[in-house]
Amino acid sequence: MKKEEVPQDKSNLASANIREMMYAVDENGKYTTSLSTGWDPKTIALDNAIKEIEERIALAKERVANNQTSPIEYYMELHKMDLTVLASYVGLWKWRVKRHFKPSVFNKLSDKTLQKYADVFDISINQLKTFNGGAS
Amino acid sequence: MAEHLKIDFTHNQAAHCENGVVSNLMRHNGFEISEPMVFGIGSGLLFSYLPFLKVNYAPVFTYRSMPGFIFNKFAKRTGIKMKREKFTNPELAKKRLDQNLANNNPVGLQVGVYNLIYFPDEYRFHFNAHNMVVYGKEGDRYLISDPVMEDVTSLTSKELEKVRFAKGAFAPKGHMYYPTAFPEELELKSAIVKGIKQTSRDMTAPVPIVGVKAMKWVAKNIRKWPKKLGTKKANHYLGQIVRMQEEIGTGGGGFRYIYGAFLQEASEILKNDQLMELSKEMTSIGDAWRDFAVDASRIYKNRNAESSGYDDVAAQLEALAAREESFFKTLKKSV
Repeated sequence: MKKEEVPQDKSNLASANIREMMYAVDENGKYTTSLSTGWDPKTIALDNAIKEIEERIALAKERVANNQTSPIEYYMELHKMDLTVLASYVGLWKWRVKRHFKPSVFNKLSDKTLQKYADVFDISINQLKTFNGGAS
Repeated sequence: MAEHLKIDFTHNQAAHCENGVVSNLMRHNGFEISEPMVFGIGSGLLFSYLPFLKVNYAPVFTYRSMPGFIFNKFAKRTGIKMKREKFTNPELAKKRLDQNLANNNPVGLQVGVYNLIYFPDEYRFHFNAHNMVVYGKEGDRYLISDPVMEDVTSLTSKELEKVRFAKGAFAPKGHMYYPTAFPEELELKSAIVKGIKQTSRDMTAPVPIVGVKAMKWVAKNIRKWPKKLGTKKANHYLGQIVRMQEEIGTGGGGFRYIYGAFLQEASEILKNDQLMELSKEMTSIGDAWRDFAVDASRIYKNRNAESSGYDDVAAQLEALAAREESFFKTLKKSV
Protein backbone atom coordinates (compact mmCIF):
# COMPACT_ATOMS: atom_id res chain seq x y z
CA MET A 1 0.00 0.00 0.00
CA LYS A 2 1.28 3.44 -0.88
CA LYS A 3 1.13 6.16 1.71
CA GLU A 4 -1.37 8.22 -0.29
CA GLU A 5 -3.62 5.17 -0.55
CA VAL A 6 -4.05 4.79 3.21
CA PRO A 7 -7.84 4.94 3.47
CA GLN A 8 -9.54 7.84 5.20
CA ASP A 9 -13.10 6.52 5.20
CA LYS A 10 -15.69 7.46 7.76
CA SER A 11 -15.94 5.06 10.71
CA ASN A 12 -17.06 5.05 14.32
CA LEU A 13 -13.45 5.40 15.43
CA ALA A 14 -14.03 9.13 15.17
CA SER A 15 -16.55 8.97 18.04
CA ALA A 16 -13.65 8.18 20.38
CA ASN A 17 -11.16 10.38 18.59
CA ILE A 18 -9.08 7.45 17.46
CA ARG A 19 -7.11 7.13 14.27
CA GLU A 20 -5.29 3.89 13.72
CA MET A 21 -1.75 3.51 12.55
CA MET A 22 -1.06 1.84 9.23
CA TYR A 23 2.19 0.85 7.54
CA ALA A 24 2.68 2.00 3.96
CA VAL A 25 5.48 2.90 1.55
CA ASP A 26 6.39 6.45 0.57
CA GLU A 27 7.30 7.73 -2.91
CA ASN A 28 10.84 6.33 -2.53
CA GLY A 29 9.55 2.87 -1.66
CA LYS A 30 10.54 3.30 1.96
CA TYR A 31 8.24 2.07 4.71
CA THR A 32 6.63 4.67 6.91
CA THR A 33 3.51 4.98 9.06
CA SER A 34 0.34 6.91 8.44
CA LEU A 35 -2.88 7.40 10.41
CA SER A 36 -6.21 6.19 9.06
CA THR A 37 -9.71 7.27 10.06
CA GLY A 38 -11.19 3.99 8.85
CA TRP A 39 -11.77 1.70 5.90
CA ASP A 40 -15.18 0.77 4.49
CA PRO A 41 -14.69 -3.00 3.98
CA LYS A 42 -13.81 -3.27 7.66
CA THR A 43 -16.52 -0.90 8.84
CA ILE A 44 -19.19 -2.90 7.02
CA ALA A 45 -17.94 -6.15 8.61
CA LEU A 46 -18.04 -4.53 12.04
CA ASP A 47 -21.48 -3.02 11.47
CA ASN A 48 -22.79 -6.41 10.40
CA ALA A 49 -21.36 -8.03 13.52
CA ILE A 50 -23.04 -5.37 15.67
CA LYS A 51 -26.35 -5.87 13.88
CA GLU A 52 -26.04 -9.60 14.49
CA ILE A 53 -25.63 -8.94 18.21
CA GLU A 54 -28.60 -6.56 18.24
CA GLU A 55 -30.72 -9.25 16.63
CA ARG A 56 -29.62 -11.76 19.24
CA ILE A 57 -30.53 -9.29 22.01
CA ALA A 58 -33.97 -8.62 20.50
CA LEU A 59 -34.63 -12.33 20.13
CA ALA A 60 -33.59 -13.05 23.73
CA LYS A 61 -35.85 -10.24 24.92
CA GLU A 62 -38.77 -11.73 23.05
CA ARG A 63 -38.04 -15.16 24.48
CA VAL A 64 -38.01 -13.76 27.99
CA ALA A 65 -41.38 -12.10 27.32
CA ASN A 66 -42.74 -15.47 26.13
CA ASN A 67 -41.32 -17.21 29.20
CA GLN A 68 -39.04 -19.32 26.99
CA THR A 69 -35.83 -18.25 28.67
CA SER A 70 -34.68 -16.41 31.78
CA PRO A 71 -33.40 -12.83 32.00
CA ILE A 72 -29.90 -14.26 32.38
CA GLU A 73 -29.75 -15.14 28.69
CA TYR A 74 -30.97 -11.68 27.76
CA TYR A 75 -28.30 -9.93 29.83
CA MET A 76 -25.68 -12.32 28.51
CA GLU A 77 -26.51 -11.22 24.96
CA LEU A 78 -26.70 -7.58 26.02
CA HIS A 79 -23.13 -7.83 27.27
CA LYS A 80 -21.95 -9.43 24.00
CA MET A 81 -21.15 -12.63 25.88
CA ASP A 82 -21.58 -16.25 24.97
CA LEU A 83 -22.03 -19.18 27.33
CA THR A 84 -18.29 -19.72 27.71
CA VAL A 85 -17.57 -16.12 28.64
CA LEU A 86 -20.51 -15.83 31.04
CA ALA A 87 -19.68 -19.14 32.76
CA SER A 88 -16.14 -17.93 33.23
CA TYR A 89 -17.30 -14.62 34.76
CA VAL A 90 -19.71 -16.22 37.26
CA GLY A 91 -17.34 -19.10 37.98
CA LEU A 92 -19.86 -21.84 37.21
CA TRP A 93 -19.87 -24.77 34.80
CA LYS A 94 -21.42 -24.01 31.42
CA TRP A 95 -24.15 -26.63 31.86
CA ARG A 96 -25.22 -24.98 35.10
CA VAL A 97 -25.47 -21.55 33.49
CA LYS A 98 -27.44 -23.08 30.65
CA ARG A 99 -29.81 -24.64 33.19
CA HIS A 100 -30.33 -21.19 34.72
CA PHE A 101 -31.78 -20.08 31.37
CA LYS A 102 -34.85 -22.21 32.16
CA PRO A 103 -37.47 -19.89 33.69
CA SER A 104 -38.58 -22.59 36.16
CA VAL A 105 -35.01 -23.07 37.41
CA PHE A 106 -34.29 -19.34 37.38
CA ASN A 107 -37.31 -18.62 39.58
CA LYS A 108 -35.91 -20.88 42.28
CA LEU A 109 -32.34 -19.54 42.27
CA SER A 110 -30.92 -18.43 45.59
CA ASP A 111 -30.07 -14.78 46.13
CA LYS A 112 -26.45 -15.82 46.40
CA THR A 113 -26.43 -17.21 42.87
CA LEU A 114 -28.50 -14.33 41.53
CA GLN A 115 -26.04 -11.90 43.08
CA LYS A 116 -23.19 -13.46 41.07
CA TYR A 117 -25.05 -12.78 37.84
CA ALA A 118 -26.18 -9.32 38.97
CA ASP A 119 -22.57 -8.38 39.76
CA VAL A 120 -21.34 -9.49 36.34
CA PHE A 121 -24.14 -7.58 34.59
CA ASP A 122 -23.64 -4.56 36.85
CA ILE A 123 -27.33 -4.48 37.92
CA SER A 124 -29.29 -5.25 41.10
CA ILE A 125 -30.86 -8.62 41.90
CA ASN A 126 -34.21 -6.92 41.67
CA GLN A 127 -33.52 -5.63 38.15
CA LEU A 128 -32.45 -9.10 37.11
CA LYS A 129 -35.51 -10.78 38.62
CA THR A 130 -38.08 -8.32 37.35
CA PHE A 131 -36.88 -8.03 33.76
CA ASN A 132 -39.76 -9.50 31.77
CA GLY A 133 -38.79 -8.60 28.23
CA GLY A 134 -41.60 -6.10 27.97
CA ALA A 135 -44.43 -8.57 28.63
CA SER A 136 -47.36 -7.09 30.48
CA MET B 1 2.94 5.65 47.80
CA ALA B 2 2.84 9.23 46.67
CA GLU B 3 -0.41 10.29 45.08
CA HIS B 4 1.33 12.06 42.23
CA LEU B 5 3.71 9.77 40.54
CA LYS B 6 4.60 10.16 36.92
CA ILE B 7 7.45 8.30 35.33
CA ASP B 8 9.19 10.11 32.51
CA PHE B 9 7.89 7.82 29.77
CA THR B 10 7.53 8.61 26.07
CA HIS B 11 4.34 7.40 24.42
CA ASN B 12 4.71 6.39 20.79
CA GLN B 13 1.65 5.25 18.91
CA ALA B 14 2.02 1.88 17.23
CA ALA B 15 -0.14 -0.22 14.97
CA HIS B 16 -0.20 -3.24 17.24
CA CYS B 17 -0.49 -3.22 21.02
CA GLU B 18 1.98 -5.93 21.96
CA ASN B 19 4.75 -4.74 19.62
CA GLY B 20 4.02 -1.20 20.70
CA VAL B 21 4.35 -1.96 24.39
CA VAL B 22 7.63 -3.81 23.85
CA SER B 23 9.00 -1.12 21.55
CA ASN B 24 8.05 1.66 23.99
CA LEU B 25 9.49 -0.19 27.00
CA MET B 26 12.73 -0.82 25.07
CA ARG B 27 13.00 2.85 24.12
CA HIS B 28 12.37 3.79 27.74
CA ASN B 29 15.38 1.68 28.63
CA GLY B 30 17.58 3.32 26.03
CA PHE B 31 17.27 0.88 23.12
CA GLU B 32 15.92 2.31 19.89
CA ILE B 33 13.86 -0.61 18.59
CA SER B 34 11.05 -0.10 16.10
CA GLU B 35 7.70 -1.82 16.17
CA PRO B 36 8.36 -3.85 12.98
CA MET B 37 11.69 -5.02 14.47
CA VAL B 38 9.92 -6.35 17.57
CA PHE B 39 7.29 -8.02 15.38
CA GLY B 40 9.81 -9.65 13.01
CA ILE B 41 12.28 -10.83 15.63
CA GLY B 42 9.41 -12.10 17.78
CA SER B 43 8.02 -14.06 14.79
CA GLY B 44 4.67 -12.35 15.08
CA LEU B 45 3.46 -13.07 11.56
CA LEU B 46 1.26 -16.13 11.08
CA PHE B 47 -1.94 -17.43 9.66
CA SER B 48 -4.04 -19.82 11.64
CA TYR B 49 -7.52 -21.30 11.34
CA LEU B 50 -9.24 -22.89 14.33
CA PRO B 51 -12.67 -23.99 13.07
CA PHE B 52 -13.46 -25.86 16.29
CA LEU B 53 -12.99 -22.75 18.43
CA LYS B 54 -15.72 -20.11 18.19
CA VAL B 55 -15.45 -16.43 19.07
CA ASN B 56 -18.45 -14.15 18.52
CA TYR B 57 -20.25 -17.18 17.06
CA ALA B 58 -17.73 -17.61 14.25
CA PRO B 59 -14.54 -19.69 13.91
CA VAL B 60 -11.20 -18.23 14.93
CA PHE B 61 -8.94 -16.88 12.18
CA THR B 62 -5.72 -15.23 13.19
CA TYR B 63 -2.99 -13.44 11.28
CA ARG B 64 -0.54 -13.36 14.21
CA SER B 65 0.97 -15.61 16.82
CA MET B 66 -0.42 -16.21 20.31
CA PRO B 67 -0.61 -13.32 22.79
CA GLY B 68 2.60 -12.94 24.77
CA PHE B 69 4.54 -15.03 22.26
CA ILE B 70 6.08 -12.04 20.46
CA PHE B 71 7.64 -10.49 23.57
CA ASN B 72 8.85 -13.90 24.82
CA LYS B 73 10.63 -14.72 21.57
CA PHE B 74 11.93 -11.18 21.16
CA ALA B 75 13.43 -11.18 24.68
CA LYS B 76 14.98 -14.60 24.27
CA ARG B 77 16.50 -13.81 20.89
CA THR B 78 17.97 -10.43 21.85
CA GLY B 79 19.23 -11.56 25.26
CA ILE B 80 16.84 -9.58 27.44
CA LYS B 81 15.61 -10.88 30.77
CA MET B 82 12.04 -10.20 31.66
CA LYS B 83 9.70 -10.78 34.54
CA ARG B 84 6.10 -11.90 34.25
CA GLU B 85 3.61 -12.05 37.07
CA LYS B 86 0.03 -13.29 37.21
CA PHE B 87 -2.33 -12.99 40.14
CA THR B 88 -5.45 -14.56 41.55
CA ASN B 89 -5.89 -11.73 44.04
CA PRO B 90 -6.69 -8.28 42.56
CA GLU B 91 -5.44 -6.51 45.71
CA LEU B 92 -2.05 -8.12 45.38
CA ALA B 93 -1.99 -7.31 41.66
CA LYS B 94 -2.61 -3.65 42.49
CA LYS B 95 0.03 -3.66 45.22
CA ARG B 96 2.70 -5.10 42.89
CA LEU B 97 1.80 -2.54 40.24
CA ASP B 98 2.08 0.30 42.76
CA GLN B 99 5.45 -1.01 43.96
CA ASN B 100 6.81 -0.99 40.42
CA LEU B 101 5.57 2.54 39.79
CA ALA B 102 7.15 3.67 43.07
CA ASN B 103 10.41 2.14 41.83
CA ASN B 104 10.17 4.26 38.70
CA ASN B 105 9.51 1.19 36.57
CA PRO B 106 6.80 1.44 33.88
CA VAL B 107 5.20 -1.97 33.31
CA GLY B 108 3.29 -3.74 30.56
CA LEU B 109 -0.15 -5.10 31.37
CA GLN B 110 -2.35 -7.59 29.53
CA VAL B 111 -5.99 -6.49 29.67
CA GLY B 112 -9.45 -7.27 28.34
CA VAL B 113 -11.01 -4.88 25.86
CA TYR B 114 -14.68 -5.21 26.84
CA ASN B 115 -14.47 -2.81 29.79
CA LEU B 116 -11.88 -0.51 28.28
CA ILE B 117 -13.99 2.62 28.42
CA TYR B 118 -11.87 4.80 26.18
CA PHE B 119 -12.53 2.48 23.20
CA PRO B 120 -15.60 3.14 21.05
CA ASP B 121 -18.52 0.89 22.09
CA GLU B 122 -18.50 -0.96 18.78
CA TYR B 123 -14.93 -2.10 19.36
CA ARG B 124 -15.52 -3.42 22.85
CA PHE B 125 -15.65 -7.19 22.53
CA HIS B 126 -14.61 -9.90 24.96
CA PHE B 127 -11.07 -9.92 23.65
CA ASN B 128 -8.49 -10.43 26.37
CA ALA B 129 -5.16 -10.01 24.67
CA HIS B 130 -4.81 -6.26 24.60
CA ASN B 131 -1.65 -4.65 26.01
CA MET B 132 -0.82 -1.30 27.58
CA VAL B 133 1.85 0.39 29.69
CA VAL B 134 1.13 1.96 33.07
CA TYR B 135 3.58 4.76 33.75
CA GLY B 136 2.22 6.58 36.78
CA LYS B 137 -0.61 7.41 39.11
CA GLU B 138 -2.37 10.64 39.96
CA GLY B 139 -4.79 10.33 42.86
CA ASP B 140 -6.94 7.32 42.03
CA ARG B 141 -6.16 7.44 38.31
CA TYR B 142 -3.51 5.29 36.67
CA LEU B 143 -1.67 6.90 33.78
CA ILE B 144 -1.95 4.69 30.72
CA SER B 145 0.04 4.54 27.51
CA ASP B 146 -2.08 2.44 25.16
CA PRO B 147 -0.02 1.94 21.99
CA VAL B 148 -3.00 1.97 19.62
CA MET B 149 -4.10 5.40 20.91
CA GLU B 150 -2.66 8.63 19.57
CA ASP B 151 -2.32 10.08 23.07
CA VAL B 152 -1.91 8.84 26.62
CA THR B 153 -5.00 8.29 28.73
CA SER B 154 -5.93 7.20 32.27
CA LEU B 155 -8.17 4.79 34.18
CA THR B 156 -9.41 4.73 37.77
CA SER B 157 -8.11 1.90 39.94
CA LYS B 158 -11.52 0.23 39.74
CA GLU B 159 -11.62 0.49 35.92
CA LEU B 160 -8.10 -0.87 35.69
CA GLU B 161 -8.91 -3.78 37.99
CA LYS B 162 -11.87 -4.68 35.80
CA VAL B 163 -9.81 -4.94 32.62
CA ARG B 164 -6.91 -6.71 34.36
CA PHE B 165 -9.29 -9.35 35.66
CA ALA B 166 -11.47 -9.81 32.59
CA LYS B 167 -12.66 -13.40 32.16
CA GLY B 168 -13.05 -15.78 29.23
CA ALA B 169 -10.49 -17.05 26.69
CA PHE B 170 -6.94 -15.81 27.42
CA ALA B 171 -8.09 -14.27 30.72
CA PRO B 172 -5.25 -11.92 31.69
CA LYS B 173 -5.31 -12.78 35.42
CA GLY B 174 -3.67 -9.45 36.23
CA HIS B 175 -0.74 -10.31 33.95
CA MET B 176 2.07 -7.77 34.38
CA TYR B 177 5.44 -7.87 32.62
CA TYR B 178 8.59 -5.81 32.23
CA PRO B 179 12.22 -6.23 31.20
CA THR B 180 14.65 -6.62 34.11
CA ALA B 181 18.09 -6.96 32.53
CA PHE B 182 19.66 -6.06 29.21
CA PRO B 183 22.84 -7.17 27.45
CA GLU B 184 25.43 -4.46 26.73
CA GLU B 185 24.48 -4.61 23.11
CA LEU B 186 21.42 -6.29 21.62
CA GLU B 187 22.23 -9.30 19.45
CA LEU B 188 20.14 -7.97 16.62
CA LYS B 189 21.67 -9.80 13.65
CA SER B 190 21.32 -13.32 14.96
CA ALA B 191 17.93 -12.43 16.43
CA ILE B 192 16.64 -11.28 13.03
CA VAL B 193 17.83 -14.48 11.37
CA LYS B 194 16.17 -16.63 14.04
CA GLY B 195 12.94 -14.66 13.74
CA ILE B 196 12.85 -15.02 9.96
CA LYS B 197 13.68 -18.72 10.06
CA GLN B 198 10.88 -19.49 12.45
CA THR B 199 8.24 -17.48 10.57
CA SER B 200 9.25 -19.16 7.30
CA ARG B 201 9.09 -22.57 8.96
CA ASP B 202 5.70 -21.96 10.59
CA MET B 203 4.12 -20.52 7.46
CA THR B 204 5.11 -23.56 5.41
CA ALA B 205 4.54 -26.15 8.15
CA PRO B 206 2.80 -29.38 7.11
CA VAL B 207 -0.01 -28.76 9.59
CA PRO B 208 -3.57 -28.01 8.45
CA ILE B 209 -4.31 -25.30 11.01
CA VAL B 210 -1.29 -23.02 10.43
CA GLY B 211 0.37 -21.15 7.57
CA VAL B 212 -0.42 -21.60 3.91
CA LYS B 213 -2.08 -24.98 4.57
CA ALA B 214 -4.61 -23.23 6.81
CA MET B 215 -5.26 -20.60 4.14
CA LYS B 216 -6.01 -23.36 1.63
CA TRP B 217 -8.34 -25.00 4.15
CA VAL B 218 -10.24 -21.76 4.72
CA ALA B 219 -10.58 -21.31 0.95
CA LYS B 220 -12.02 -24.80 0.64
CA ASN B 221 -14.52 -24.09 3.41
CA ILE B 222 -15.56 -20.71 1.97
CA ARG B 223 -16.78 -22.55 -1.13
CA LYS B 224 -18.95 -24.78 1.08
CA TRP B 225 -20.28 -22.18 3.51
CA PRO B 226 -23.20 -20.71 1.53
CA LYS B 227 -24.74 -24.17 0.91
CA LYS B 228 -23.83 -25.67 4.24
CA LEU B 229 -24.58 -22.73 6.53
CA GLY B 230 -26.83 -20.43 4.53
CA THR B 231 -25.96 -16.98 3.24
CA LYS B 232 -26.38 -15.20 6.54
CA LYS B 233 -23.94 -17.33 8.49
CA ALA B 234 -21.54 -17.59 5.56
CA ASN B 235 -21.43 -13.79 5.41
CA HIS B 236 -20.93 -13.56 9.15
CA TYR B 237 -17.92 -15.91 8.88
CA LEU B 238 -16.51 -13.99 5.91
CA GLY B 239 -16.91 -10.76 7.88
CA GLN B 240 -15.03 -12.32 10.76
CA ILE B 241 -12.07 -13.11 8.46
CA VAL B 242 -11.91 -9.51 7.27
CA ARG B 243 -12.27 -8.15 10.78
CA MET B 244 -9.40 -10.28 12.04
CA GLN B 245 -7.31 -9.30 9.03
CA GLU B 246 -7.92 -5.59 9.32
CA GLU B 247 -8.73 -5.02 13.00
CA ILE B 248 -6.94 -2.24 14.86
CA GLY B 249 -3.36 -3.29 15.33
CA THR B 250 -2.69 -5.17 12.14
CA GLY B 251 -1.17 -2.15 10.40
CA GLY B 252 -3.25 -3.25 7.39
CA GLY B 253 -3.30 -6.41 5.27
CA GLY B 254 -3.19 -8.84 8.16
CA PHE B 255 0.21 -7.63 9.49
CA ARG B 256 1.80 -8.17 6.06
CA TYR B 257 2.79 -4.48 5.76
CA ILE B 258 4.42 -4.44 9.20
CA TYR B 259 6.36 -7.51 8.12
CA GLY B 260 7.38 -5.74 4.91
CA ALA B 261 8.69 -2.85 7.01
CA PHE B 262 10.61 -5.34 9.14
CA LEU B 263 12.25 -6.96 6.09
CA GLN B 264 13.27 -3.51 4.83
CA GLU B 265 14.92 -2.66 8.15
CA ALA B 266 16.46 -6.14 8.38
CA SER B 267 17.92 -5.74 4.89
CA GLU B 268 19.84 -2.67 6.04
CA ILE B 269 21.08 -4.23 9.28
CA LEU B 270 22.15 -7.49 7.66
CA LYS B 271 23.34 -5.71 4.47
CA ASN B 272 21.26 -8.20 2.50
CA ASP B 273 19.80 -6.84 -0.75
CA GLN B 274 17.59 -9.85 -1.32
CA LEU B 275 15.59 -8.95 1.79
CA MET B 276 14.84 -5.56 0.23
CA GLU B 277 13.40 -7.29 -2.82
CA LEU B 278 11.41 -9.64 -0.60
CA SER B 279 10.08 -6.63 1.30
CA LYS B 280 8.62 -5.34 -1.98
CA GLU B 281 7.01 -8.71 -2.67
CA MET B 282 5.57 -8.77 0.87
CA THR B 283 4.04 -5.33 0.25
CA SER B 284 2.48 -6.61 -2.94
CA ILE B 285 1.13 -9.67 -1.06
CA GLY B 286 -0.33 -7.28 1.53
CA ASP B 287 -2.06 -5.41 -1.31
CA ALA B 288 -3.55 -8.71 -2.51
CA TRP B 289 -4.92 -9.33 1.01
CA ARG B 290 -6.52 -5.87 0.89
CA ASP B 291 -8.10 -6.72 -2.47
CA PHE B 292 -9.42 -9.93 -0.95
CA ALA B 293 -11.02 -7.87 1.86
CA VAL B 294 -12.61 -5.48 -0.64
CA ASP B 295 -14.13 -8.34 -2.64
CA ALA B 296 -15.28 -10.18 0.50
CA SER B 297 -16.95 -6.99 1.73
CA ARG B 298 -18.87 -6.74 -1.56
CA ILE B 299 -20.41 -10.11 -0.72
CA TYR B 300 -21.41 -9.37 2.86
CA LYS B 301 -22.37 -5.75 2.23
CA ASN B 302 -25.88 -6.78 1.34
CA ARG B 303 -26.59 -9.11 4.20
CA ASN B 304 -29.56 -11.02 2.91
CA ALA B 305 -29.07 -11.00 -0.83
CA GLU B 306 -28.02 -14.11 -2.68
CA SER B 307 -24.34 -13.89 -3.46
CA SER B 308 -22.26 -15.80 -5.91
CA GLY B 309 -18.87 -14.33 -5.16
CA TYR B 310 -17.76 -16.99 -2.68
CA ASP B 311 -15.88 -19.01 -5.29
CA ASP B 312 -14.07 -15.87 -6.40
CA VAL B 313 -12.80 -14.93 -2.96
CA ALA B 314 -11.90 -18.56 -2.30
CA ALA B 315 -9.80 -18.54 -5.45
CA GLN B 316 -8.14 -15.30 -4.33
CA LEU B 317 -7.26 -16.91 -1.02
CA GLU B 318 -5.80 -19.93 -2.80
CA ALA B 319 -3.69 -17.64 -4.95
CA LEU B 320 -2.49 -15.88 -1.79
CA ALA B 321 -1.58 -19.22 -0.26
CA ALA B 322 0.46 -20.14 -3.33
CA ARG B 323 2.25 -16.78 -3.30
CA GLU B 324 3.05 -16.95 0.39
CA GLU B 325 4.25 -20.53 0.08
CA SER B 326 6.81 -19.60 -2.51
CA PHE B 327 7.62 -16.37 -0.65
CA PHE B 328 8.48 -18.05 2.63
CA LYS B 329 10.46 -20.82 0.95
CA THR B 330 12.62 -18.14 -0.70
CA LEU B 331 12.80 -16.07 2.50
CA LYS B 332 14.03 -19.07 4.48
CA LYS B 333 17.01 -19.50 2.14
CA SER B 334 17.78 -15.77 1.98
CA VAL B 335 19.30 -15.51 5.48
